[in-house]
Amino acid sequence: MALPARIVTLVVAFLAVAALAVFVVVHYFLFSPPTVTFGAGVTADTGATVHVVLQEDPQNTVSTHPDWVSYFIQDPTTHKWVHTTIFKVPAGSRIDVTIYGYDGCTPLRNPYFGKVTGTIGGVEYVNGKPYSQLDSWSACHVGHTFSIPGINLNVPMATPDLSATLCGVSPCTTASPHRTVTFSFNSPTATGTYFWQCRVPCGGGFIDGFGGPMQTIGFMTGNMEVVS
Amino acid sequence: MAASSAEAASPTARTGPNHGLRIFLIWLPIAVIADWLLYFVYGPHMPPGTMSTSAASQQFDIKVMSVLAAPVFAFVVVYAGYAFIVWRHREGDDTDGPPIYGHARIQATWITISAVIVLCLAAFGTYELGAFGQSSLAGAGAGEGPSPIWKPNGTPLQIQVIAQQWRFTYRYPQYGGFETTALYLPVGQPIQFNVTSIDVIHDFWAYQLGVKADANPGVNNIAYTTVEHTGTFEVRCDELCGLWHGAMFNQGNVVSVAAFQAWAHKTEIKLASVTKMLPAYATSYDPTTIAQLNKAMVKAGIAGANGYYYPPQDPVQP
Repeated sequence: MALPARIVTLVVAFLAVAALAVFVVVHYFLFSPPTVTFGAGVTADTGATVHVVLQEDPQNTVSTHPDWVSYFIQDPTTHKWVHTTIFKVPAGSRIDVTIYGYDGCTPLRNPYFGKVTGTIGGVEYVNGKPYSQLDSWSACHVGHTFSIPGINLNVPMATPDLSATLCGVSPCTTASPHRTVTFSFNSPTATGTYFWQCRVPCGGGFIDGFGGPMQTIGFMTGNMEVVS
Repeated sequence: MAASSAEAASPTARTGPNHGLRIFLIWLPIAVIADWLLYFVYGPHMPPGTMSTSAASQQFDIKVMSVLAAPVFAFVVVYAGYAFIVWRHREGDDTDGPPIYGHARIQATWITISAVIVLCLAAFGTYELGAFGQSSLAGAGAGEGPSPIWKPNGTPLQIQVIAQQWRFTYRYPQYGGFETTALYLPVGQPIQFNVTSIDVIHDFWAYQLGVKADANPGVNNIAYTTVEHTGTFEVRCDELCGLWHGAMFNQGNVVSVAAFQAWAHKTEIKLASVTKMLPAYATSYDPTTIAQLNKAMVKAGIAGANGYYYPPQDPVQP
């Protein structure tokens, strides 16, 4: 092979490897779902109330994994649903949470997590009715959980009736069968990132269900960023 | 040929200083001082501490290993230093060193010493693991599987460790089988950890207690210890188990026997309604088989007779 051809081959190979490295770094390490900020303008550590609104869907039709179950977060300013699981709240505040549960039931792997913990009053409200626990094994009426282990928060999500036809386009609207779960908790005074997760093995198609959306930020797990 | 070369080299070696004696005399005080410092000065601070019998046993083992290893390490360093200084290249000396073609006495010596050290350590390790004559050290905090060889005397407090992505929960079968995320232990009482998992492989590592046992689905891995001091200790998962493996930790508490019993009775009552939701206590659990849910779903026409509530294409067992 002539010298110019060798040089060209070498340069092309180098550029290909460099491009691959850049793609891996950008796609897997730098990409992050957007962050939704709640309580902008609220002074931290004053106990002020901040409203956080989420929904969990049986699928999502807005990503490259349309068959993955997913949470969405409602932007408090635009009221549009954002496909993300990262949100920001002020420290030392009362966080009032509303979650619309559109997905169907799957039993908890450990029914212990049917117990509500870490909320104000130790209860959640399902369509306005208080519950301190939901038994996901006696009847199929738990779809997911909203759990922040760092503050011992665990709230099981109630599901629509078993016979209901579930929402098929994300983000779902309240016209579709759903349960409305509300609860409140106090954000920690210590600022930092607190991960949250679902405890129902809802990653269908993955071994034990804890793959795919269960371990992908932006779907069934994410971060609560507590800021001052 | 080799013999003649060795013989040719030996007169030269005999005429020089006794390097072996020099090296020995340099090495000996260093080794003695290093051992003394390691055992008596640094030893009491070595991990994992002395919070439990198993931790203290492990600390003793590490001290013994250090005392054995330090002289070997010192010898290597002294020998290398001696060689660099005494046998270094000197200006104008371009001759080769004397060739060496083997030395039966040296070979026999190092093979014998190595064999003795390894065999003694094997015997010592086995003794320490089983703690013959000191049954409270049974297994030295390691997971012994479902049928432990070494058991403590008496009836230990049973605590089941259930690992799941990404949190440990604990069941107390002798107190109604309640389950909680809090880990409390009484001081001075033998404890039996029954470690299992309900999803993937985890590892229960109570660091300051010197207890470490794999948590495998469908398996009861038993580990014993007796805690000797009140205080707190850290529990971590020590098996890479997914996205939030690094956040899978919690703190354990060691309290007096009276305080433990008060906590256990209070928690048993407080969690009674939750305990009713739990499956009957067992050494391991298969969360894909839920009899009561199966009945409910078949009745509702949601599942087939096998109550298969996960999609058919999903693997249900690890």
